[in-house]
Formats: sequence, structure tokens, C-alpha cells
Amino acid sequence: MLSQQSENEIDLEIAKYPAEQKQAAVMAALAIAQREKGWLDEETLDYVARRLEIPAIRVAEVATFYSMYDLEPVGRHKISLCTNISCMLRGSEDIKKYLEDKLSIKPGQTTSDGKFTLKEVECLAACCGAPMMQVDDDYHENLTPQRVDEILDAME
Amino acid sequence: MPTIEIDGKALDVEKGKMIIEAADAAGIYIPRFCYHEKLSIAANCRMCLVEVEKAPKPLPACATPVVDGMKVFTSSPLAVEAQKGTMEFLLINHPLDCPVCDQGGECPLQDQALGYGKDISRFAEKKRAVDDKDIGPLIETEMTRCIHCTRCVRFGQEVAGIMELGMTGRGEHSEIGTFLGHSVDSELSGNMVDLCPVGALTNKPYRFSARVWELADHAGISPHDCVGANTNIQSVRGRVKRILPRDNESVNQCWLSDRDRYSFEALNSPERLSRPMVRRDGQWREADWETALHQAVSGITGVIENHGADRIGALAAPTSTLEEFYLLQKLMRAMGCHNVDHRLRQQDFRDDDESIMRPWLGCRIEDLGRARAILLVGSNIRKDQPLLGLRVRDAARGGAKIMAINAMDYDFHFDVAHRIIAAASDLPGRLAAVVHAAHEGSEVPSDVAAWAEEAEFEDAAAIASALKDAGEDAVVVLGNAAASHADASVLKSMAQALAQQTGASWGCPSEGNGAAAWVAGCVPHRAVHARPATGAEKPVSNAMEMIDRPLKSYILLNVEPTLDCADGQAAKQAMEGADCVVALTVFDIRDNVDADVMLPVAPYSETSGSYVNCEGRLQSVTGAVAPLGEARPAWKVLRVLGNLLDAEGFDYVTSEDVKNEVAWSQMPILDESPRCGVPAPNARRRPAGALVRIADVPLYRVDALVRRAVSLQLTADNQPAMAQLCAEEAQRVGVEEGDRVSVAGAAAEVSLPVRINDSVPTGSVYIPSAWQATVPLGNSTFVKVSKA
Ligand code: SF4
Ligand code: FES
Ligand code: FES
Repeated sequence: MLSQQSENEIDLEIAKYPAEQKQAAVMAALAIAQREKGWLDEETLDYVARRLEIPAIRVAEVATFYSMYDLEPVGRHKISLCTNISCMLRGSEDIKKYLEDKLSIKPGQTTSDGKFTLKEVECLAACCGAPMMQVDDDYHENLTPQRVDEILDAME
Repeated sequence: MPTIEIDGKALDVEKGKMIIEAADAAGIYIPRFCYHEKLSIAANCRMCLVEVEKAPKPLPACATPVVDGMKVFTSSPLAVEAQKGTMEFLLINHPLDCPVCDQGGECPLQDQALGYGKDISRFAEKKRAVDDKDIGPLIETEMTRCIHCTRCVRFGQEVAGIMELGMTGRGEHSEIGTFLGHSVDSELSGNMVDLCPVGALTNKPYRFSARVWELADHAGISPHDCVGANTNIQSVRGRVKRILPRDNESVNQCWLSDRDRYSFEALNSPERLSRPMVRRDGQWREADWETALHQAVSGITGVIENHGADRIGALAAPTSTLEEFYLLQKLMRAMGCHNVDHRLRQQDFRDDDESIMRPWLGCRIEDLGRARAILLVGSNIRKDQPLLGLRVRDAARGGAKIMAINAMDYDFHFDVAHRIIAAASDLPGRLAAVVHAAHEGSEVPSDVAAWAEEAEFEDAAAIASALKDAGEDAVVVLGNAAASHADASVLKSMAQALAQQTGASWGCPSEGNGAAAWVAGCVPHRAVHARPATGAEKPVSNAMEMIDRPLKSYILLNVEPTLDCADGQAAKQAMEGADCVVALTVFDIRDNVDADVMLPVAPYSETSGSYVNCEGRLQSVTGAVAPLGEARPAWKVLRVLGNLLDAEGFDYVTSEDVKNEVAWSQMPILDESPRCGVPAPNARRRPAGALVRIADVPLYRVDALVRRAVSLQLTADNQPAMAQLCAEEAQRVGVEEGDRVSVAGAAAEVSLPVRINDSVPTGSVYIPSAWQATVPLGNSTFVKVSKA
């Protein structure tokens, strides 16, 4: 299912917790699996569940809770736009509209060239710079349509 | 003990209790959704917010422990404002579909919205909608209504022991569902319907068939297993619409198994018999009661005159009431015949003469949940008696060691500390090995030694010492597979020896209401209260012998011999060969049973009667609704049969009179009779190339009622008859999942689909009983399996 390296890493995570608390490694195990596979399909979720001896639905709960886990294939760059309350009050709905128009996709979709995936996410703890989005590993705050253009147009 | 004040009322409260518990105990109302006394605290609905003196914000009463001197206000302006605010948020996404919602009228959200809701919504944004899930035949979903209290999720995780529902997504996108849309298969799933405080999870078979305010409540007892679960039978205009649990902390707590809850569908089955039927010249026709009773009586008396009274026999379903059992045996004995029995699936009666009656659990149901060690022998307790399974799970969660000696590695919802999985035919030897180990140096009785001889001792010592460690808090429970085992008397004797040696208690609960049958003397060799039956010294026939040495006439009380008897094939032939078969039956069974007269009798919902559960608790109820059509309570039919046969003392006016005559109300006397030594194992070797058959009765095939409960029949637990083999054995036979095999028993051969099931040990095959497809195999212990 996973490469030996990923398996070893998962073992390492499991070893951090008491033997009967294997489930504590679920977030790390999912992250490791996602890094290798690009996204988490149902088979992978089920595998992680069996690996940690917990019900599959338990893994699904975690995987669907955090927007950092991708349950569908994603493009080369993942845009996570916060639309939670602070960002909403500061205009994230307009930014969302702008992104949708610019990329011709809705949240949850990927551009036809496979370059961008747009995700609508909950608070990313950068409220002070609302509205904000995360592109891949970077946070971008105080967004305006113009800033969005600058950020996205600079991407490969 | 902290003293607190709630709404000005001073209360002494145990340390560690939450405010809501203290308030509940004092009868002070606090609104709530997610809190449930039998579940862990989630504190996610926030409906229980109350004001606490010196706390800056309202606090959730369900998750705030009491502190000495605490002053709580449940309906101060601050508390009420918080509760109203919570309600407003809850209603943001909740649809306003109460008029078409089955929960309407019994909905905590509806009720509390009346108390705390506004009459208009200020929420102008889009409401969310959630796709409904198909989670099986028993629970209907309407997921837009869900308020995410997670009661259903916690029930699965904590009580039922299998987490099937979970909450995926986050915030506004949260949804309750199963992994990949699987069905919810727990044998206790219906309780989630009761727990759900809104109409998100509702009773599927009951759906849209009544409004709660039309329903009449009636106390009932579930007859399907030995628990005697307390039910509330709800009906509208004489028709049972659904069954709910009735709280009884000592018996079923607030739960019901799905079998108890959903068997009601059979009560309204089109297969119900509503008029007496008689067969003349091979033709069935409806008859009035007089004609039918006359034909029944003349048939029976004819047999007695021509062949003698010992050529008739009576078989009663274990689900019958105490009064029915009593009158049936009284009727038979009045005719000079002791052939009466309810132990339809039992095969080994060798201990009948010596042993005391022991159809009990061996301890109280509550004690089972508190035991420190439990040994299950031949028991799939989780499926066979789901509510006892819950108690075992409770015990396990309390740290008890649960151990099992089984023919199959059942999928339990508790951890098993030691397990011995062996071929069904080897179970007595394996149990004997544990007894042997328990003797530790002291002299081992010779019969124990003989049986233990060849058994492996692996794990035996560990089991014996775990039982000893727990002493009086240990229980040895023989399950359904043990009671119907070909060497059941050996298993019982060994269990008793083990109990004596370790200080544990032991029991072998009977199926259904079987304990009442013993009390009522519905066994050939014992009278009421298990006293020796006068006149039964002459040869009498037990249930097995009545089939093996066919009689000329049978009286059946809700029995379908083909499916209910240990050897269905022989039972079928016995009925076919009899001159007169009188069936007192809830259903039209002409296709299953070669009967001559069918007398329609009332099922559990339509008759008064008493039940004795596996802890000896006597529970009496009256009929919830009138009998269907011309059906009559069986006790009345038996009374009239008594009158027609000129039997003495059959002039009861009520079923109470019958019960009073049985005069039994105490807990059972569990005095031990001396253990009966058992004969040495006869060399019943497995023929070369044969597999040992596991013949368990699946939980939704146990009696005529559940077999006709259509929704239960559709559940995942009700897999149609298959030959289940482990992968290794399947490979040996040369088959894969889905292939067909031909299975040859002693007398016949059947063809069955294969299912790979690695909980079946090598050398065994699981072929369930109580399916027409497996009847021709009879009760063969060994079968030959080959690729079809
Ligand atoms: S389905 Fe019912 S019980 Fe389950 S979380 Fe939703 S409201 Fe609560
Ligand atoms: S609300 Fe957007 S970052 Fe907190
Ligand atoms: S009942 Fe206390 S938060 Fe739900």
C-alpha cells in the first residue's frame, strides 16, 4: 500500500504513543500517506484505519475535518481560501467570487490545466490579516483582487 | 459531599457529579440535547447552559462538575438568554418540516423550541441541506434535520461497541454518516433512533404509519430471548405500530435489541392466520372454531383409542408464556401422556434424571455486568442474547477478563483475554481441560480426566486461574451452541465442576421463555417447579425422542418443526407420518408443516401471560391489542381443549387463575444438586475427509415471529444459508467465495454458496440451522464438503 519509507515513518509516529493509544498517530499517518500519494482515496483511509486498528469511520472523521487533507486529486497548487467569520467580515466572499471568475472553477474544483485547486476552508488562525488564503505552504493576508492576481500570476 | 444550591434549593451532591445530574436527581429541569446519562459527555449542543454564581459566562450543566458552595440558576435571565441563543443557532439549519417528520410530537427539539425558540427566524442566509444516507433496513435518515449532538456516534462507540456512524466534515459541513455509505449493522442499532433527539434517525418500518399522539402504550415483554426485555408496545386502533424499550435498570436498562424492537412487523404479517383451518381429503378449508376444535379432539382421541396415550406428543415453542406451557403439559398429562417438551433444539438429554433444572444465567443480569471474570462456552452472546452481550461488554470495560471456548471465533464487541477455538465436537474436551487445570494438584475426577485426556491444555490453565482469581465474581455461561450441543450434558457437568472448583457461578440460560417452561412443568420428566412428575416413570419422550421415534399425533404450540427442531428433516418426516397434527399457530404454516388442523392463536402482543427470564424474574403482562380476527389466546384454546377432552380442572376464567395455580414467584432456588458424572467419551471420530459442522441458529431465524419480521430479514446479520469456511479450508476443497459446494450429511446432500469466513477454524464449516436450504442435513455433526 505505501512505500517502505512511509511505513517506517508511520511506525515512528506510532512509537511516540502508548501501545494501546495507536490511534493518536492518525493525523501523522494520514499526512505521510498523503505526501506519498498526493491525495487520500478511500482505500488509503481504510488502510490507515487497519494499520492503527481503529474503525475506518474514525479515520474518515479526521480526514474530512482538516482541510489540509485532500480527499480528491489536487492540482499543482492548492489555494485554501478562508471564509470563516473574520475573513467573511473583511470581504472573503468577494475574494471567493473573484477567484472563481479568474480561475473558472468553484471551490473544490481544479482548473482544466491542472494548475490550481481552489478550496474553501475554515479559520487558518490568521484573522489579523483577514481576508487571507493559503497557497501551498504559504499564507497570504490582506487580500484584494489585485494581490490575488499578483500571487497567482507569479506561480508556475 | 459538596453542598450546592440550584434555583435556591440546597442539595447534597456526590463529588464528581455534573450539575445536570444533580438537577435531574432533584427534579429540576434543564434543557438538553447531547447529554444522555448512559453516554459519555460531549457538551457540544450547549442547550444546557446555566448561570453559575461567580462564573463570568453561562456554563454547560452537563459538563460542569459540582463544587461545594456552588450556586446555580437554571432559569435566571442570563441562563434563559443563553438557552434561547443556543436554540436560535440550532434552528438556523434545522428544517421546518415538523408536519412531515415522524419525530413530530416526541421531538426534544420541537418541545424545547416551543419553550426557548422565537416565533420568527432572523437568519436570512442560505440553510444547508444534507444528503440522506441509506444505512440499512431498520433506520431511516433525514440528515438535514441532524443537530450533531453525536449521541448516535457515542452510542456506537461506547454502548454497542462498534463505531459505524461518525461525524465527517467540519463546522457547517459536518455530517453524520458511515464510512463509504456502509449500512449500520449493529444488533442494537434501533436504540440510536430512540437516542436521536430530532427526526434525523427514525424507525424505518414504522415510518409514516402513525402519529405519536395516536399511539396507545402497553407494557409488554419480549419473548425472543431469555432476557425478558421490558417493552412498550404501541398501537393504533388495535394494530401494533412499533415497540419501544420500557426502562428497567435491572433487565434491559433503557435499551432493546433490534430483534425485540423490530419483530413487531410479524404481528401484522400477511401470513397471520385469522380463522381456524381444517384439512379434509387433502384440502384446506376455513372452519368455525367448533368444527376445528371438534376435528382436533376427535383426531387426538382417535389416536389414543387406537394406539394408546403414549403415542401422542406436544411440542411448545420456547417463546410461549408460562400459562401456555402450564396448560399444555396439564392437558397432556390429563390424557395420560407425559410427552411434552419445549427444548426443541436440545439433542442431549442424558442428564435429565439426575440434574436439577438449571435454565438460568447463574447470576443476576446486573451482576453479569459487574463480574470480574466471565467464561463463555459455546456462546455467541453478542448475537444470541444481545442485551446480555451488552452486560458482558460492561464487565469487560470495567476490567473483567472475558474468556471463550467456542467452535468459532465470534466477532465480539469486547476484548477476549483468552480464547480456545476448537471444532464443535471438541468443546467438551477443551472445557474438561480447564476443569482439569483448575484442580491444580488435587485429585481430578475420573470423568473429567477422561474427557480432558486428549485435549490441548494451552490457555486452559490461564482460564482456570482467571476464574479462581475472581472467585465469587466469576461466571461460567453456557450459550445456545452449548445447550444444543450433542454432548450438552457433558458441557453442563464440566461447567458445574469448574464452578465448584473455582468458586464461580455458572448457568445455561434457555432459549426464549424456556425458564418458564421448567417452572410450568413443560418437560416430560418433571412437573411444576421441576418436581418429579408422577407417572412419568414409564418411558416418556423428550423433544428429540418424539421426533426420532415418530408418534401418531402431535400438538404443536407455535412450532414449525422443520425449522425449530434440532433435526428438522426428521421432524418434517415425523409430521408427515402422523395421523393427526394439531397446530396452535400464529401463522398460516401449511407450507411448512404437514398439519391437519390449524388453530389461530395470539402472539405475544395479543395475549396476557407471564415470562420468567434468565435470572428467574417473573414478569406478567396483559394483551396490548385484541387478537386478530378469530385468533384467540393460546391459553384459552388449551382451556377449551381441556374441556372438550373432559379433563379435570380446566375452568379458568383468566390467565391469572392459571398463573396462581402454578404459584411461583420467587427467585429460583439455585441449590446445587451433586454434579452428575458423565460417561466416558465415546469414540465418535470424525470420518476421514469430513468437516465438523457448526450449526448455530442465526439471531433472526430463532422463532416463527422473527422469521417473518421482514425488515430484520433484510439485515446484514441475516445472511442467507451459506457454507462458511476459512480460506485455508476453502482452498483444500478447491473453492472460492461465491462458488457452490455440495454438502453431504448423514442422510442427504444440499448445495450451498460458499463464503470465506476466517473466524471458522480449519476442519469446521459453519452451516446455519433454521433455513429451509439446510434442513435436509438434519443434525449431522460431520459433513462432507466438495466442489459442486
Ligand atoms: S443523527 Fe440524531 S443522534 Fe445522531 S448526531 Fe444527528 S441529531 Fe444527534
Ligand atoms: S477567520 Fe479567516 S483566518 Fe481566522
Ligand atoms: S446537553 Fe450540555 S451541552 Fe448538550
